[in-house]
Amino acid sequence: MITIQKRDSVTRKQGALRQLASIAGALMIGALVIFLSGYNPGTVYIEIIRGSLGSGYSISETVQTVIPLLIMALGVTICFKVKFINIGPEGQFYTGAMAATYFAITWPDLPRGALLALMCASSIAMGGLWCVIPALLKVKVGVNETLVTLMMNYIAIKFVAYLQYGPWKDPSVIGYPVIRQFSQSGILPDALGVHSGWIIAILLLIGMIALLGKTKYGYKITVLGENPNTARYAGYGTAKLLVSATFIGGGLCGIAGFIQASGVENSLNAMLSNGWGFTSIVVAWMGRLKPLPIVAVSVLIAVLIQGCTYLQISMGVPYFMASVIQAIILFFILGSDFFMNYRIVRRQGDKEAEARR
Amino acid sequence: MRGKKKFAILAVLLLILVMGFAGCSGGSDAGADGSAGDEPSAGASEEASADAGESTGAEAGDGLAPIAKENIKAAFIYGSAVGEEGYSYAHDLGREALANEGYEVTYVEGIPETEQFEKTVRDLINEGYNVIYATSFGYGPYVEKLADEFPNIYFNHATGTVTKTNLSTYMGRLYQSQYLAGIAAGLKTESGQIGYVASFPLPEVVSQINAFTLGARSVNPSATVNVKWTNSWYDPVTEKSAGLELVNTGSDIVIAYLDTMSAQIAAAEKGAWAIGCSTSGAKVLPDVYLTAPIFNWANFYTKNVQDIVDGTWKPDFQFLGLETGVVDIDPLTGNNADGAAEKVAAAKEAIIAGELNVFGGEIKDNEGNAKVPADGALTDEEILTINWFVEGVNGKIEAVSE
Repeated sequence: MITIQKRDSVTRKQGALRQLASIAGALMIGALVIFLSGYNPGTVYIEIIRGSLGSGYSISETVQTVIPLLIMALGVTICFKVKFINIGPEGQFYTGAMAATYFAITWPDLPRGALLALMCASSIAMGGLWCVIPALLKVKVGVNETLVTLMMNYIAIKFVAYLQYGPWKDPSVIGYPVIRQFSQSGILPDALGVHSGWIIAILLLIGMIALLGKTKYGYKITVLGENPNTARYAGYGTAKLLVSATFIGGGLCGIAGFIQASGVENSLNAMLSNGWGFTSIVVAWMGRLKPLPIVAVSVLIAVLIQGCTYLQISMGVPYFMASVIQAIILFFILGSDFFMNYRIVRRQGDKEAEARR
Repeated sequence: MRGKKKFAILAVLLLILVMGFAGCSGGSDAGADGSAGDEPSAGASEEASADAGESTGAEAGDGLAPIAKENIKAAFIYGSAVGEEGYSYAHDLGREALANEGYEVTYVEGIPETEQFEKTVRDLINEGYNVIYATSFGYGPYVEKLADEFPNIYFNHATGTVTKTNLSTYMGRLYQSQYLAGIAAGLKTESGQIGYVASFPLPEVVSQINAFTLGARSVNPSATVNVKWTNSWYDPVTEKSAGLELVNTGSDIVIAYLDTMSAQIAAAEKGAWAIGCSTSGAKVLPDVYLTAPIFNWANFYTKNVQDIVDGTWKPDFQFLGLETGVVDIDPLTGNNADGAAEKVAAAKEAIIAGELNVFGGEIKDNEGNAKVPADGALTDEEILTINWFVEGVNGKIEAVSE
């Protein structure tokens, strides 16, 4: 019999070293697979780095990918902190984007600051609401939040598709389902070559560090997540704590939706998220639910995403192959992360058990 | 109560954050901009074709200088994977022709009609590409934005509706070939029903289905064409089930105006005949293949690039018919009805000679309303904005989310 055992806890420095070693190892195994697929792994890696960090342009493209990943990962983090397994950042992202789009296409002539503020506030409210619903279901009737948040993703995505094909379809484009582009007021202005979503991301990051590390609320959240009974005994009002934390988490994912709709797409469609809502769960998990490591992981994943799309252009790697290479690298990074924390052992007693059979 | 208070404070904090950023956005307003012009994008087709008319013959903008042959870097962007048949593959054959003439060309495939396209083009321009061929309709709003932002890059948008000083559009009169394929189908069908799988009810697609139906009914007045929408250019799974459904409801020939032949392959397994689209399907389904309306983009692309070299490139709209060879009908296979090849050849001659207008009257829509009088014909502008089906089409013009 083979079993999986958690490794002994390690010091912070050891942990960081292991993490780096695991990524290095993953890149080496990835290189082998890339080589077997017929490409030179050295060139592929160099082109990934060049395509994602090689010029001011590529860095700005990478930063644009970091922004939603980071914000959604922070949202996932605060949910995970209270042991609320939020698999729904994708849905919260889309409901946030939907709310922002509603204001952008209904009042396109408002002054820019006012419209953007409305869009942002409404995206927080809707994203938060989309996350609070499963939280209430969990608190009130004990429904498993993992399933509910997952399913609510698809409701949100399909609803966006409905709006795109139906009520919000741009009537000036005959026969083609597309939502009209935002007016200039509804578009996030650029700052230093990238849409100003990065400023929001940094503010949210600082806010999250302060919230989790410096406030009583952050402390209560951690206690609730670590040991619900303690939290209850301390009289924390656990239900309210859970609901408020999930509201913040969902709200963050909603902001990410607003930023992507306003700053990047200048519109809304059912492919807006690129599936990054799901990726953000991975980011939060790999970042050990700590804000600064999450920043590092977001950058790493963004480099991978931007670098691999760039492979198509720089090396002429076919579309599907570029996706496969991206998946291979991510797979091995995740896999190595697992082996850093767990080890596989053959249990002693099992041999005898097998012999007896 | 205390929890509530904390929550209220948090909410206020979030609100402050929102306001703060709203304030700062006002400040950087002036400096930002650059992208996205003020005009409403996504192109109303009516304006668009008027635009196209006006700008025909207009001079290229100041930013556009001729590019020496060795400095041309042309990039093709496809909405689907190239594969070995279909719309994107047809364009890719054109790209190969450029490559064979010694031009530096590349392609990027599987790019959705979203901001992803805009990003891809930025990546390409960053790599030094200076001639862009955007081959899918939905790239429209992004192409327009990019054309404003990069005035010295040549943009060409297939099936596009808006031209600018550095943005041309081009399109084949594939409906003429569809009419010819319709003749072959009308002669072949035994059940009198033909299945047509298509993406979105765009005027471009509707005109294909209409022309095909008119062709079929020119030789078989009782033939009907059943339409199934897939809401995607590339979705083999949906295409397959659409093909099967058409056969199950009585169609004995299936055609699809899409990027793959999945619908025809599925239908062939049930015994239906197949008509390809964009490129020949003879190799894919040799036993049941009849013919296909096809593109030959090679001549167009080599001429377009040569125009850039010579400084004669114009930002106009080109609508290229059978006479240019850009659109054609794949030679009819032996699977066709007797005499079909002759009838199709005669009709092709007549269209090229100008004796036969595919959209010449009398035409009724599929609700019985007279649309074109016996001595009239649809204009190009009407073809490019058509939003009704001709008599004999069994289908509705509405994009319905699945």
